[in-house]
Amino acid sequence: MTFLENLMKIDRRWIYLAIGLAVIIPAIASFTVPVTVSSEVKKIYDFVDKIGPNEYLFLAMDYDPSSMAELNPMAEAILKHAFMRNRKVIIVTLAQFGPGMVEEITHRLASEYNRVNGVDYVFLGYRPYPAITIMLMGTDFRVPFPQDYYGTALDSIPMLHGIKNFNNVKGVIDLTAGNTADFWIVYGNGRYNFPLAIGITGVMAADYYQYLQSGQLFGILPGVKGAAEYERLIEQPGEGMAQVSYQLVAHSVIIFFIVISNVAYFATRRQKKTAGGAR
Amino acid sequence: MKREIPLMIVMVTGIMMFIQYFMPYKFLWIPFVDSEKLFEFLNDWVMVIGILSLPLGIWSLVKANAQKLTVPGERFYSSVLLAGFLVMVISGLRPEWRTGGVHFALFQNVLIPIQATIFSLLAFFIASAAYRAFRARSVLATILLLTAFIIMFRFIPLGPLSSANNWLVEKILTVPNMAAKRAIAMGIALGATATAIKIILGIERTYMGRD
Amino acid sequence: MIGQLILNGIAAFLTLCIFSFLYKDNPFYKFAERLVAGIATGYWTMLLYHTNFKPVVWDRLAAGRYEYVIPTLLGLMMWTRFSRNWSWVSRYSIAFYIGISSGITITLSLYASLFKQLEATVKYPITFDGAGLSSLLIIIGVLSALVYFFFSAAHKGTMGVISKLGIYIIMIGFGAGFGMTVMGRVALLVQRVIFLKGYVNSLAGLFGG
Repeated sequence: MTFLENLMKIDRRWIYLAIGLAVIIPAIASFTVPVTVSSEVKKIYDFVDKIGPNEYLFLAMDYDPSSMAELNPMAEAILKHAFMRNRKVIIVTLAQFGPGMVEEITHRLASEYNRVNGVDYVFLGYRPYPAITIMLMGTDFRVPFPQDYYGTALDSIPMLHGIKNFNNVKGVIDLTAGNTADFWIVYGNGRYNFPLAIGITGVMAADYYQYLQSGQLFGILPGVKGAAEYERLIEQPGEGMAQVSYQLVAHSVIIFFIVISNVAYFATRRQKKTAGGAR
Repeated sequence: MKREIPLMIVMVTGIMMFIQYFMPYKFLWIPFVDSEKLFEFLNDWVMVIGILSLPLGIWSLVKANAQKLTVPGERFYSSVLLAGFLVMVISGLRPEWRTGGVHFALFQNVLIPIQATIFSLLAFFIASAAYRAFRARSVLATILLLTAFIIMFRFIPLGPLSSANNWLVEKILTVPNMAAKRAIAMGIALGATATAIKIILGIERTYMGRD
Repeated sequence: MIGQLILNGIAAFLTLCIFSFLYKDNPFYKFAERLVAGIATGYWTMLLYHTNFKPVVWDRLAAGRYEYVIPTLLGLMMWTRFSRNWSWVSRYSIAFYIGISSGITITLSLYASLFKQLEATVKYPITFDGAGLSSLLIIIGVLSALVYFFFSAAHKGTMGVISKLGIYIIMIGFGAGFGMTVMGRVALLVQRVIFLKGYVNSLAGLFGG
């Protein structure tokens, strides 16, 4: 077998090793990469920035630890933005391991920005069946959530006095990795027509631009790059911006692999054609 | 009775929810029935049914692993699973124990790292798959490959070409990519609607299982 | 501080157990995999009990709200699925859920995913500037992609040309999806590396490094 043929049949563990090294290098020798802001992220930033003192943001953190790498930075950036501006946030999670992650972020940021549960933010909790929960919240938050996550009746939470459903919030931002985004678009915005933006993983990001163009979404945070852009806008570098240098090296390595494999493929194919012609 | 009544329930509730969308105030002009309240009432019932159904899966998992305790090769791993399950159940018995202590510590330091790492393996697999399979064998594959490269170059500073690349990425995402995904989404919507109509009319009955 | 370091050490060890799968399947990986299945199931069980079953079912029945007796019975009927002779009883509960979901899906799915999308495709004017050209390209792209998926007529002649354009547009969409997917997958790995780096730095800090 020639060198090129060997190259095409290389043991996949060498590729794993190369990717592993590609992400370890920026960990040892860190550097910064400029981040340009896209319009779909800027729209979400402007929306949160313009929330008034008596207006509420509804944040749905519908993700599990499996996608926290991309969505946690978004959640942190949005909550930091809201807490810095002293705006009230209602939080819910429709993902089964979401509550633990919401608790960790809200406790940490609440103590950092001196915000009080029940006064500045409230965590409603978790419900299964996202479509049903979204539609019930559209009628009254108290129907699917008679209590918040900590067992306090919603009627006795000061910041929820006079807040009944989505008509009483400025808008909804949903951070999700699964098809919960579809549920929010179809069953939430489709039925109740509230302003909706989504933060989604890279895998799904390319699939939702049609809803942005149709006006069903007012913004999209596409994966970790979206998180980095939002952190740049609020001038609070976090894990999103930290990831960009790693992404640069890893993307370069993957592009290099694809180019090498294609060069080897075409060279081998030409060799075989030449050998076949000679015969 | 075993099949006819469920079919009737599906038809009646399905048609009710369909009509409710077009009559948001008074349901079928019946004076004492508020349409929104009816919608809320029925969906609340579905939530209760759903919450009581979810432990079925939990019971299945626990039962399957309890049975594996008698199998020599599986005994250790099944006992690890059951031990983890019991520890979390016992440590979370009181509501106040869930938000601190052993229960939360196990969630933070066992569940989160393992679940996150399992999915992080996909980065290696996508690199390996891209190396082995992503070949420009045809015009279509070449178009796919070139578009992927343009999108991936967003993360690589290209000097004077960066702004041109960013512009091209924006155009790709908001024009041809959007058009393709819109067509797919519309097809899915038509399929979902057709399936829902078939279910309501009783043509599609696979949800009932076999007798 | 030491306690947190020990807990982070456990997390780092379990992370490396999962990464060991990249070399080959091994007992450390299997152990971590089964452990997370048990922990996850236990966590979700108590979450369901405390935050769902108690407030939504139990407390309501205890407060005398007897309108919840029927859905509670329907929910308990689902448990007959484990019995070969009585599993047909669960069909009543399933039928309720399926009927309501189907009725809602027809209208909302058509509205959000079909009518709004059709409207957005044609509502922007076609003008002699960048935005107008984009509108035209979007109309052509959507129509040709839809023609590609129409298999009731042969893709020959004019239909063949349009469907060929459609598959080219779809390939651009898939290429964009792949490019974004790489970012997403790499992000998952990078987050774990950042965590491990943080742990190593904490250890170094503890030992005066």
